[in-house]
Amino acid sequence: MNTPIRRLSVLIAALFAALLVASTMVQFVQAKSLDAMAANKRTLLDNYSRERGAIVVADQNIAESVKVSDQYEWLRTYPQGKLYSQITGFYSYAVGNPYGLEHVSDDLLSGGSDSLFVRRVTDLLTGRQTAGATLDLTIDPKAQAAADQALGNSRGAVVALDPQTGAVLAMVSHPQYDPNPISSHDLKKAATAWDALRADPNKAFLNRGISELYPPGSTFKVVTAAAALENGIVTDENSVVPGPATLDLPLTDTNLPNETGLPCGPNNQTTLIHAMEISCNTAFGSLGLDLGGEKLRAQAAKFGFGDSLQIPLRVTPSSVPAELNAPQAAQSAIGQYDVLTTPLQMAMVAAGIANGGRVMTPYLIQSVRTAGLDVIETGKPSELSQAVSARTAQIITTMMVAVVDKGSGARAQISGVAVAGKTGTAQHDPDKPPHAWFISFAPADNPKVAVAVVVEDGGVTGSEIGGGRVAAPIARAVMEAVLR
Amino acid sequence: MITTVETLHPPTRRGLELVLLIIAVAIVLLAWVTVDLNRNGTVPANIVPVAGGFAALALIVHLVVRWRAAYADPVLLPIVVVLNGLGLVMIHRLDLARGRLGVDGDAYRQLIWTTLGVVLAIVVIIGLRDHRLLRRYTFISLAVGIVLLLLPLVPGLGRTVNGSRIWISLGPFSFQPGEFAKVALTIFFAGYLVQTRDVLSLAGKKVLGFTFPRGRDLGPILVAWVLALLILVFQKDLGSALLFFGLFVAMLYVATERVSWIVIGLLLFALAVAFALSSFAHFQVRVDLWLDPFSPSSLAMSDQLAKGLWGMAAGGLTGSGLGAGRPWMTPFAESDFIFPSLAEELGLVGAVGIIILYLIFCQRGVRTALGVRDGFGKLLAIGLSFSVAFQMFIVTGGVTRVIPLTGLTTPFMSLGGSSLLANWMILALLLRISDQARRPLPPASDTPAADAAAADVTQVVKLR
Repeated sequence: MNTPIRRLSVLIAALFAALLVASTMVQFVQAKSLDAMAANKRTLLDNYSRERGAIVVADQNIAESVKVSDQYEWLRTYPQGKLYSQITGFYSYAVGNPYGLEHVSDDLLSGGSDSLFVRRVTDLLTGRQTAGATLDLTIDPKAQAAADQALGNSRGAVVALDPQTGAVLAMVSHPQYDPNPISSHDLKKAATAWDALRADPNKAFLNRGISELYPPGSTFKVVTAAAALENGIVTDENSVVPGPATLDLPLTDTNLPNETGLPCGPNNQTTLIHAMEISCNTAFGSLGLDLGGEKLRAQAAKFGFGDSLQIPLRVTPSSVPAELNAPQAAQSAIGQYDVLTTPLQMAMVAAGIANGGRVMTPYLIQSVRTAGLDVIETGKPSELSQAVSARTAQIITTMMVAVVDKGSGARAQISGVAVAGKTGTAQHDPDKPPHAWFISFAPADNPKVAVAVVVEDGGVTGSEIGGGRVAAPIARAVMEAVLR
Repeated sequence: MITTVETLHPPTRRGLELVLLIIAVAIVLLAWVTVDLNRNGTVPANIVPVAGGFAALALIVHLVVRWRAAYADPVLLPIVVVLNGLGLVMIHRLDLARGRLGVDGDAYRQLIWTTLGVVLAIVVIIGLRDHRLLRRYTFISLAVGIVLLLLPLVPGLGRTVNGSRIWISLGPFSFQPGEFAKVALTIFFAGYLVQTRDVLSLAGKKVLGFTFPRGRDLGPILVAWVLALLILVFQKDLGSALLFFGLFVAMLYVATERVSWIVIGLLLFALAVAFALSSFAHFQVRVDLWLDPFSPSSLAMSDQLAKGLWGMAAGGLTGSGLGAGRPWMTPFAESDFIFPSLAEELGLVGAVGIIILYLIFCQRGVRTALGVRDGFGKLLAIGLSFSVAFQMFIVTGGVTRVIPLTGLTTPFMSLGGSSLLANWMILALLLRISDQARRPLPPASDTPAADAAAADVTQVVKLR
């Protein structure tokens, strides 16, 4: 009987080998993915029992963990309430952390990041719990507050950038929500707050500055002008361009009219700078025809259209459609047809012009600090692309200053400061008012801030008034807050 | 290396057992102190009496073995002490998490059962001077085994827990009689197969290189199969059915040395599983949970497997440390899921250690089966070892997703008196057989044990 006994002992060894392999799979190979499962309450409790890093704006915590005496040990609170809701997101035992920095920077905040490895090892040896890292943001609290206040009860978004670095100075999206009740340890209260947020028709959880795509309307004329200058279709701001009351589009019965129904100048002609001041559709439409879709698209791409940015919040890529025919190119040149953009992207356009044509990569995190105050990461300015030449940037700046000084953007004027801007009114739904846009930067000669504002349904159909009247004052408030 | 001198006077190895036992008790006490330090920040208040009592239990068994089974395998007892002790520590740790202290705790009851298990083992070692005496009780064992197996089906006595009807209630006590049936049936299989092995192994036709048995010799395996089917259908317990049938086929194979029995056994079991899957939603659910425990629909049905796996993942390589994890989040953390509970707090390192301990235990049992001289002893030793190995595989394979989860206890560790008693009995039997295996041959053959064995054979012939 000894032979079968030996064989059976091999079988026993094989059974146990299977158990060893399975345990290794669960505890080593798949451990990280198992830990990361949303339904895994252990991970959440684990993170709760650790001091989560704070999110800080100018030495003030906008998200912090407070020691409490219940089983979760640390309560996540947001001292500023709604103001930073879309930037921070929330951190809830009931729901998780699906949005904002709480989501994308979870590794750092929870202390699980690989960049905290050395710290974790020393903590292991000293028996301490590794606390999460603190995130210092680039946000200027004055600009954030000004943007929030100026946007008021309107739906829309404001994004302000430092044109020279790409640092995000303000990022406001309305409507907002209060992340505190969802993060409550009263799970019933948290669930109620979450259900309300989820069902909100206005999608308050959405960070409109980076996650919502809008037609840019006339603000896109800045990109068209850049493409025309870079491709030699016009030479400078005084170049003469066509400006009829209606632009006849080839291949189609629909024509491209001016909102006013009038030609933009005598003899159906005007200069580029005047076309910009009064936001002449036919002039830019004809530049679009001359350029063609691909050149327009290429110029937009140099400003960042089509890029998937992570600042580290994920930015929805803006887009100019490929393979445009002539009438579509003309429509796209004035920011209609299927051109779609985030407010951040238009802020990058303004910032690129402001910075001599160099578009800087936007970033939201200034520095990452461990609990021991060692800085482990710093936000460093980096160039995304040279979108236009310095000369082109200078010419467009001149034109945008004219828009604010004597054109459609007069409400963005700041006394004693040269402001460059461009209005926009973007049709998106025949039954609703258009979106009102404004992009700008200041001071024009040494730019410190570039802003993009969109107010949903804030415009007046058939008029550039919307962008100038509704959006420009908001941009001005933000610029003033940064400059003063 | 065996020298001539050692063959004549093999060492008893009791000294080695004592050293290993001291290490085993130390491991358990260290684990216990770690739990309390991590949970309460203090050394347990009752450390002196409890630790002393636990060490005393181990020492008493050691002394009894020294006295009555001096040549027994020195590794078996220390391994059981570690496993039983770690089980106790984990149960105590879960008590702390749930605020059940002192006599209200599961650990208190488990400690009493451990004591009773030790007493039972001592009774077996002292009372059973020679394992061959058990051959007398071959058919009594069969009767006892079947009665025990079917007890949970008696109305008013049986209880359905977690979908399976494998428990009986007697007043405040509840038992899983299947645990004792396992021992009884192993004794029966060994006694029965050692008599019939010649017929079962020699007669038959050769088909495709395998010698298949004659139709009339299929009787025993069919009886075992029907019994397993009954368990499957009426108790809805795939784990027990698999254990009993697997144990029988394994022993049949050892007795007959014929691979065809394994083939027949596998086919029959596949048939039974196919039948169960097509007839009972209970089993389909288990298979679905096994294939994808994390899908929302699976989690809505039962999240215990997922929670166990998450626990193990949370433990990772080195574990959270005893008392520092969250094993209580998994249902049945102290019984079916005690392995994931320990793996969470001891990490992969600890889990591997525990599996290796079981492996060594079973391989020492195999060594005993190889070493013992009589066929009955061989079959009994391999049967007992295989039952522990296979049960460990079924339950641990279930919680680590090697096979669908079925409810069985983890030998020596799970909360539960019947399981502990039955497994301590298995230990005692293995100690007894291994003592026989390593003991030098007596100078003359007219010992009472040999007489008994001879009488046994005569009796069996009469029975047939």
